[in-house]
Amino acid sequence: MAVTATSPRSGDGDSTLEIDKQTRLQIYRLMLDCRNLEKRAHDLFLQNLIKGTCHLATGQEAVAAGFGAAMRPDDYTFCTYRGHHHTAVRGVSLTAILGELMGRECGLLRGKGGSMHLTSVEHGVMGSYAIIGAHLPIAAGAAWSAKYRGTQQVAVCFFGDGTTNIGAFHEALNMAVVMKLPVVFVCENNLYMEYTPIGKVTAVARPAADRAGAYGLEPIVIDGNDADEVYLTALRALARARNGEGPSLIEAVTYRHGGHSRADPAKYRPPEEVEYWLSRDPIPAYRRRLLESGITEAVCLGIEEASRRAVDVATEEAKASPEPSLESADKQLWFDGGSAWRN
Amino acid sequence: MAQLTYREAVAAAIAQEMRRDSSVLLFGEDVAAAGGVFKATAGLLEEFGPARVVDMPISEQAIVGAALGAAMTGLRPVCEIMFSDFLAVCWDMVVNEIAKMRYMTDGQVAAPLVIRTANGGGVRFGAQHSQSVENWAMAVPGVKVVAPATPADVKGLLAAAIRDPDPVLFFEHKGLYGVKGEVPDGEHVERLGEAKVVREGSDVTIVALAAMVPRALAAAEQLSQKDGIEATVIDLRSLVPLDTATVLEHVRKTGRLVTVEENPRLCGWGAEIASIVAEECFYDLDAPILRVTTPHLPLPACGRLEDHVIPSVDTIAARIRVAAG
Repeated sequence: MAVTATSPRSGDGDSTLEIDKQTRLQIYRLMLDCRNLEKRAHDLFLQNLIKGTCHLATGQEAVAAGFGAAMRPDDYTFCTYRGHHHTAVRGVSLTAILGELMGRECGLLRGKGGSMHLTSVEHGVMGSYAIIGAHLPIAAGAAWSAKYRGTQQVAVCFFGDGTTNIGAFHEALNMAVVMKLPVVFVCENNLYMEYTPIGKVTAVARPAADRAGAYGLEPIVIDGNDADEVYLTALRALARARNGEGPSLIEAVTYRHGGHSRADPAKYRPPEEVEYWLSRDPIPAYRRRLLESGITEAVCLGIEEASRRAVDVATEEAKASPEPSLESADKQLWFDGGSAWRN
Repeated sequence: MAQLTYREAVAAAIAQEMRRDSSVLLFGEDVAAAGGVFKATAGLLEEFGPARVVDMPISEQAIVGAALGAAMTGLRPVCEIMFSDFLAVCWDMVVNEIAKMRYMTDGQVAAPLVIRTANGGGVRFGAQHSQSVENWAMAVPGVKVVAPATPADVKGLLAAAIRDPDPVLFFEHKGLYGVKGEVPDGEHVERLGEAKVVREGSDVTIVALAAMVPRALAAAEQLSQKDGIEATVIDLRSLVPLDTATVLEHVRKTGRLVTVEENPRLCGWGAEIASIVAEECFYDLDAPILRVTTPHLPLPACGRLEDHVIPSVDTIAARIRVAAG
């Protein structure tokens, strides 16, 4: 099974104890919001209220949530077309996210971007990119900008295992190391590049970590389904970047519960592999840990209910929002708000 | 007025803007310590230091991607792609990322950046270092496209491109780097999207760009002296925004249009001009519109062949005679 090809390294000893209760409740809520948001996106797609395509990351919530809890409000997020989680964990309105998926006026981009391009500059979400690898150099550029301006901001760039085989990945890593940029590259290794097992098309067993050495970076592999481990790893990488020590490359091993996109039933995966990873679902595991640490069942139930309600309210708000006006179609190509190319 | 070469005007424009705005950065392959392979950025590292003038690895995607990341977070990057042919290596960044960023995000993200690049042929560099690709850029909604013909315009238009809030592809013609011309002293900034009428005549309107401008002018002089044909020559200067008003005004006066492009024939920018003129002032035309282009070929390396295919003064003059006949 592909899972044995990687051996998740735990954090520095039993450092999970260092995470305070409020942070853990926040991480739990973020994971629930991601899960509920995407469950709803799935349902809305089946109801034909979301059109086109939709790349869900169900099962991978711990990565986005761990980073979301660790990042500073003014840090930058760069993510992929599978970016609903990474957008939501920065505090972006769920109504605006669902509205964008549904092509409504209330959408984050008022229907111009869609599921694959969620962006919210005011929350530091500097875009979701649908060309594999393109956002790694862009994130490096934003990190350079932060360094030049002396703001201590960090750019965090999420991408999949398939990205490690495209040129932009290598160009960005080299440049980021040469320029010692405050950027954290986070590879979410969900074991498949679209429909193909990553191991079948990659020269090394650990697609990101085994490339780290080529750029003078420490190979870091973590359990991407353990939100606490993600959070602590994120804190270390963010601190390193803020201290001027340069970039990090983190490989977070996780699993996509569903297919690559709406078109993919994911029949190519061995049933025992799916079963194994469903048993490692990050959300029930985190709930058990919360209870073990003394947080009560009532508190967990309260958070779960609040998250469900938030997604329900957002769904109704998005459904009630009109479609964008036709007049908006030729707006905002240029800085002046218009799209004129001639006089 | 100072006499500057086209290449000196590049450095002069960047220096002018870097002095007034600390958010302007310059980077690319060999642009800093070496001063550029065409010496167009000489002296900038010495004046502005290594934090603002930076040598980059041979990583076109990283260079242009970094420019976008810097631009969307408050800086005004000027990056160089050494030869415009290499834009193909990072065309994803230009077409899918930079050009679409503002529109896809409904105006949340601005990308005030400039990509400078050495464009065009005539210097025997062969098919992968000689192309005129400004028409590629013109086909992409969301980027402005500028191509100056004179040192004064290099300075004024590059300064304008750096100040522009939208992304600009700035095509410097490598065959013109050594050309000298008068450049206004002090701060010099032009407006993007304004064509310049560089010669006036009543018989035919010639629209040209970059290195084709001096050739069109020379052809016009030849026709004036030998044939008594008087041509208006318009230096388009920018393809996006496109100054159609100036073109239409002069075509209406002369009743004839010849476009002169270095692009290969198919989908060159002259076709767009011809289409606009045909749609909007067809009844003012006294003759069919003619296009002068490089044939639909890659550029050959050796001088005899390259000179044969790129529009020369004589081939331009011959076509104008047909149009005016």
